[in-house]
Amino acid sequence: MEQLLDTTTVIGMVHTAAHEVLSTMLDMHVEAGEPYHENAPPGSSEGVVSFLGLAGADWAGTGCLRCSSACACQLASRFLMAEYDAVNDDVLDAFAELTNMIIGNFKNDLEHRVGPTGLSLPTVIHGRNFATRSLRTEDWIVVPFRNGDCLLEIKICLQAREKVATVNRYGERQEFILGR
Amino acid sequence: MTFEANWKSNPMPFDLLIVDDSAAIRKILQRVLQKAEAPIGNVYEAGDGVEALAVMRAKNVNLVLSDINMPNMDGLQLLTQIRANEEWKTIPVILITTEGSQAKVMEAAHMGATGYVRKPFTPEQINHVLAGLVGSPVGA
Repeated sequence: MEQLLDTTTVIGMVHTAAHEVLSTMLDMHVEAGEPYHENAPPGSSEGVVSFLGLAGADWAGTGCLRCSSACACQLASRFLMAEYDAVNDDVLDAFAELTNMIIGNFKNDLEHRVGPTGLSLPTVIHGRNFATRSLRTEDWIVVPFRNGDCLLEIKICLQAREKVATVNRYGERQEFILGR
Repeated sequence: MTFEANWKSNPMPFDLLIVDDSAAIRKILQRVLQKAEAPIGNVYEAGDGVEALAVMRAKNVNLVLSDINMPNMDGLQLLTQIRANEEWKTIPVILITTEGSQAKVMEAAHMGATGYVRKPFTPEQINHVLAGLVGSPVGA
């Protein structure tokens, strides 16, 4: 399926959004790692993962954040100005809001490039030995960020919907968007 | 009488309402406000516009800090309700949101928002907005 934007552009947009949110809200300066593509469902995971849906007129996508439980606690401690050493509701709320802000800022930039964009509410998952997979093509751009031993990965998947032209019963040309 | 003029003539602590569906953001704002040197009295919380209106009916609120994108009733709908109410129409409403498009800012200003702070924000930005409302520096 067709990518909406080229990889370099998406990586640049993720860098800008992540640095702005992490430095402003958490006073945290992170080092960006080497981005990579993830083309298959990740194996069994441990930690915290969040997802936020993105959608435009003829494309759809998902933003995702993932890190270890310890890293999520570090992020929440900085974000909420309190100490957390175990994942609880506050840590998950903070992680959801971080997702909302980073992917929300990414979306603001995206709107300038591809037009009006909708954003879903974030979903956060925490646990051990869980697997995630997308029903659509797995083609994520993964951008890692590190602060000490805290590794936060931001994943983006943006895909144009497939358009199929056909002729309806009145002989008129009609275009469908396949949302598979 | 504007909020600023009213506060200058009677500088009592003002009661404030935070409206956001994110518990994390409500918590951060509470912490920022606790550290500010602004004359803040009670701080109430609501998770959406509907809850906010219920708080405003029950409590005396002098300032509203509200998100835009929320379930049930969003921040712009809440702003409309506040401006349409004779008793509340002069209460300052500051919108704090990830929504950063120029069109949304203009829409908020047109609907009577007093100010607009984009997420991510710093404690200084919140203090700056409060300072603008009470006409003097508050906090760091």
